[in-house]
Amino acid sequence: MTEQNSYLDMDLLRFTTAGSVDDGKSTLIGRLFHDTKAIFEDQLEAIEKSSKQRGDEHVNLALLTDGLRAEREQGITIDVAYRYFATPKRKFIIADTPGHIQYTRNMVTGASTANLALILVDARNGVVEQTRRHTFIADLLGIKHIAVCVNKMDLVGYEEEAYEKVLQQYTDFASRLENVTDLTFIPISALKGDNIVDRSENMSWYKGPPLLYHLENIYVGSDSNHVDARFPVQWVIRPHSDEHHDFRGFSGRVAGGVFKTGDEVTILPSGFSTKISKILKGDEEIDEAFHPQSVTILLEDEIDVSRGDMIVKPNNQPKISQDVDAFICWFSGTKKLTKGGKFIFRHTTKEAQAIVADIRYKVNVNSLRKMEDAESFDMNDIGRISLRISQPVFHDSYRRNRNTGSFILVDPFTNETLAAGMLR
Amino acid sequence: MQNYNLTHLEQLESEAIFILRETAAQFERPGLLFSGGKDSIVMAHLAAKAFNPAKIPFPFVHVDTGHNFPETIEFRDKFIAEQGVQLIVGSVQDSIDRGTAMEESGPNASRNALQSVTLLETIEKESLDACLGGGRRDEEKARAKERFFSHRDAFGQWDPKNQRPELWNLFNGRKSPGENFRVFPLSNWTEMDVWQYAKIENIELPNLYFCHEREVIDRNGSLLAVSEFVTPRENENPSKQTVRFRTIGDATCTGAVQSNASDLDEVIAEVAASRVTERGSRADDRRSEAAMEDRKKQGYF
Repeated sequence: MTEQNSYLDMDLLRFTTAGSVDDGKSTLIGRLFHDTKAIFEDQLEAIEKSSKQRGDEHVNLALLTDGLRAEREQGITIDVAYRYFATPKRKFIIADTPGHIQYTRNMVTGASTANLALILVDARNGVVEQTRRHTFIADLLGIKHIAVCVNKMDLVGYEEEAYEKVLQQYTDFASRLENVTDLTFIPISALKGDNIVDRSENMSWYKGPPLLYHLENIYVGSDSNHVDARFPVQWVIRPHSDEHHDFRGFSGRVAGGVFKTGDEVTILPSGFSTKISKILKGDEEIDEAFHPQSVTILLEDEIDVSRGDMIVKPNNQPKISQDVDAFICWFSGTKKLTKGGKFIFRHTTKEAQAIVADIRYKVNVNSLRKMEDAESFDMNDIGRISLRISQPVFHDSYRRNRNTGSFILVDPFTNETLAAGMLR
Repeated sequence: MQNYNLTHLEQLESEAIFILRETAAQFERPGLLFSGGKDSIVMAHLAAKAFNPAKIPFPFVHVDTGHNFPETIEFRDKFIAEQGVQLIVGSVQDSIDRGTAMEESGPNASRNALQSVTLLETIEKESLDACLGGGRRDEEKARAKERFFSHRDAFGQWDPKNQRPELWNLFNGRKSPGENFRVFPLSNWTEMDVWQYAKIENIELPNLYFCHEREVIDRNGSLLAVSEFVTPRENENPSKQTVRFRTIGDATCTGAVQSNASDLDEVIAEVAASRVTERGSRADDRRSEAAMEDRKKQGYF
């Protein structure tokens, strides 16, 4: 295969980065872009110009991601910025989130779709409160792979001792994590380019791969749940044409497991069973469908199925309940969550009403301690609650399946998204 | 166990189809903004796949500046006929004639910004509650912060500091009367992804995207095609060059690039080697650092 059409088998890695203003995150992203040729001359020219105008001493690569006027004026990152780069092996989507304490919600948002979290630690300062907070959120959001970049190694003389100290500190508290199964440490200097693309000659004591190699080769294929077959119906296709007079197809994105033509399936909530007669991907007929494919399923029998219903296997069904227990992150700065509060509950392709039955506890994201006496949630609060839903929810625990275990709470009056939740 | 991996293009395709179906499901009357450019063609192709074998369940909307390359309109009409969808045309000229928009004056006058006025008028007239756009986050720094489901208030304004968080596959399209959404199924695609996808899916694109001979002038670093809308000024010398377009927009501000790429393989190779972004040739983005953000706040695509 020539280099030119190697894209035919490239895959995709979504990762999130979080960090404070000074830990060199922007420099690292700028370095990755620069070294993979993802930064273009006109972009570089534009940020050189504005850096100069702002009186910055160096080219300020944060200007590459901080696109909004207010961000440039205040020198802060307000929102999650999505950035893209590719190597011949992989395409990367970075959810770059600001590290300020008040922006926990952005970190949660960025982590919700990521396979890997890249966490930067300043070799001089070691593990700080913020490192713990980022790690906790990555773990809470079910990220299995964490790459800890011990940055600014150039400022500690490329000494192994400084790196080992961070590794020790981090490993100590990481033992408490629930979801992370793969923890990798890489000593780098984003500024000087050590261990980013090529192995650093300054740190011959480090035997692992450089960062880009790690990002290119880490295996995330097994992160998806290919065991529990779940298909939330998104849209019903009825062509109403002479040619396809009797066609009824159920469209959606496979949320877990594998569906094959001929498989026996059960429809929730009706409980009727039938068989899959055909699976379409666009206009092409396929034998099996798996997460995260968008397909259309045709059934052998004529059964009433609509948006919000779920197609599953008879011998492997999700939990079905009106009472759910969840971890949530509260996003709203204007509204609080209190016991008895009523919200719109969005889960898979379904929408229902929810009442807060109980507030169990909040978690202090810095100390990771539980606060059992909590009565309300304010912006950026994380904790555990119980909800009563107006109709049965077909779900799995978030740990088992991110797609059938996640939900959002929406304000019935302003329509704003107030919270993100992970079902237990 | 079998290998259940998807390539990056398969993942992006699946995501875009999910967004298109979600738009059909969550809104009463969506429209697909179709400019005849490559992004909207790819989006339309994905829409056809999403609802196959039914027809695409929403109309296409073209906001026409009147400054088109003739090839674009020809391509548009042929494409619409093939898809069998309804086409709604919002004309910038009509807005100017009605007095709701005013032609810019000065040396770099363009109708680009006026498109927002016509778009908002079309949304209102047709009662559209969601407009699907081919915008991508890699295009421009203000777009990097854009949501898949982007909320607009009753004035069509985007409030970038107060966007709804988007998590997992859960998209919140709820709104009050008069408000509407812009939806961007290609958010996570890059220019390269679009070209590669067009190649593997064998998608036909207007020939403006491939090299051809054309009379151009160099204006502020952009190679503009000489046409009835762009006339050379005194000190500008038109010359015949072999060029192609990386983006297709209003003829007065869409610059060409010198190129010998005659098919998709050659375009992909050229884009891979390119050192400037595709919007680098767009005069509309060069106006100021926050040009895109300002236009988007006023209701731009």
